[in-house]
Amino acid sequence: MTVLRETWIVFHRAMRLSLRNPMWSILMLSQPLMYLFLFGPLLKPITAQISQGTTTNPYQVFIPGLIVQLGMFGAMFVGFGLIAEYRAGVIEADRVTPASRIALMAGRVLRDVVVLVVQSILLLVAAIPLGLRAPWGGVLLSLVIVALLGATFASLSYSVALITKSEDALAPLLNGIAMPLLLLSGILLPMQIGPTWLQRLSDISPLKHVVNGVRALFRGDIGSSSSLWGLFWVVLLTVVGLAVGARTFRKESA
Amino acid sequence: MMIEARGLVRTFKTKRGPVQAVQGVDLDVADGEIVGFLGPNGAGKTTTMRMLATLIKPTSGTATVAGCDLAKDPVGVRRGIGYVPQSGSTLPEAVAGDEVVDHARLYGVPKAKAAADGQRLFDELDLPGLWRRQCKTLSGGQRRRLDIVMGLIHDPKLIFLDEPTTGLDPQARANLWEHIRGLRERGATIFLTTHYLDEADALCDRILVIDHGKIVASGSPDNLKQQVSGDAIRLSLADGTQAPSVMKIVQELNGAVEVETDDDVVGFRIQRGGSVLPGLLRSIDAQGIELHGVEVHRPTLDDVFLTVTGRSLRDEDPTAPLEKKEEAVA
Repeated sequence: MTVLRETWIVFHRAMRLSLRNPMWSILMLSQPLMYLFLFGPLLKPITAQISQGTTTNPYQVFIPGLIVQLGMFGAMFVGFGLIAEYRAGVIEADRVTPASRIALMAGRVLRDVVVLVVQSILLLVAAIPLGLRAPWGGVLLSLVIVALLGATFASLSYSVALITKSEDALAPLLNGIAMPLLLLSGILLPMQIGPTWLQRLSDISPLKHVVNGVRALFRGDIGSSSSLWGLFWVVLLTVVGLAVGARTFRKESA
Repeated sequence: MMIEARGLVRTFKTKRGPVQAVQGVDLDVADGEIVGFLGPNGAGKTTTMRMLATLIKPTSGTATVAGCDLAKDPVGVRRGIGYVPQSGSTLPEAVAGDEVVDHARLYGVPKAKAAADGQRLFDELDLPGLWRRQCKTLSGGQRRRLDIVMGLIHDPKLIFLDEPTTGLDPQARANLWEHIRGLRERGATIFLTTHYLDEADALCDRILVIDHGKIVASGSPDNLKQQVSGDAIRLSLADGTQAPSVMKIVQELNGAVEVETDDDVVGFRIQRGGSVLPGLLRSIDAQGIELHGVEVHRPTLDDVFLTVTGRSLRDEDPTAPLEKKEEAVA
């Protein structure tokens, strides 16, 4: 398959560039680590309440949210890198090659997914000394969810970057989307402890269901309705995200 | 024919309504030619080139480029062409050789062949020892030659160069011209845009002058210059009072136009000035008139541009559709 071969070439180039300058990936990881160490302990006194008595360890509740947050925010801002490539003429140079337009996007998205999964694993390892315990199956499925979420947000970010072609437009746009998504997702605190109207409002956000699903997977409830809904939503998001990305890459490339 | 385009039109939507950047361009480029697209900023040069390179779709019109139909087989066109954009084609942080090899691989060139061809091109284009260097450490001229390596790496039949020397210092320009001439020896056809007259003059077999999205003149540089009413000749007299006699001699010359005098100088225009000069000087000498000096100015492409458009190429035209606008809507 030429598309796969071309995707691999684009992935390989993008990965090499990320590894050349790993500072960016390390900085991206510092944000969830700070949440882990500086925000996590605050949850301790209310853990029993927010977990409905399933655990007293705050990290059992908080880490699933954090890796979803990483999947979302880590991928959301990759568009800035694409704008830098656009300004340098790289996107144009890619487009005059006969390579599939899908491969030009997919290769870059794949790089972002790999970076995110590695960051998530590091985050999970860092949480083990803090008392995080979860079944292997649940953790693996959660990493798949993070990967899919990363692919979704990376594709969307690339699409918006390719349409706006401007950092000045991209930054407020992404922040405007990220804030409500974060607050309504229940990443920081589970929505169950909020008032009913806020819970109903958060029901609209697919991310809340994804976070609930990952929490269930970390508890080991792999077949529970929470985790199945989480998986359903993340797959749906991925299909939509990749479709939008693919369409933009094709259309913007005439 | 390497390029055969008929009625190419491109309209951009802007906030103030549609702007027709290219308004019906017909052009033919034969195999092995170096053809230049000359025009002021915003004339539609880059837009036309980007259409021919499959980067934007024509609003209407048809074209065959490198043997493939632009609308039906854009991938075939892409295989046959190399495009060297104005904006560059490599990431500052990336290693030059890596960018070249990855680019080649997107054309299906195997890795080892891409590296070998790339290193050979680095030697040919005067980039020795820069294969492992980060792109941002190269000079402006080196960076532009690296872009040309990127455009040549899959050995295309047709090469598009968009403003190849814009922003380069004079030495780097002259050097790049040498390299562009060298490309012809590879048997490649070259289509370039420029807003420098001397560049079009120095490089091109044929020039298409474009203004306001339309081709307003075309021909070889010499051919175009002959459309201007000939060479300008200025005769400086030792004694200004003899000017009327000299004017009389000049007026008797076949084809002399714009005969004027200013103190001790007589000026006029005539086709092939160099060949009428010996006879003219003999006639002047025969009347015992002494000359201080003779100047012959060949017409420049600037004169051509002035003749066909009524304004100088250096005038910025505020009504011209800015090609920048396409970035936002294309």
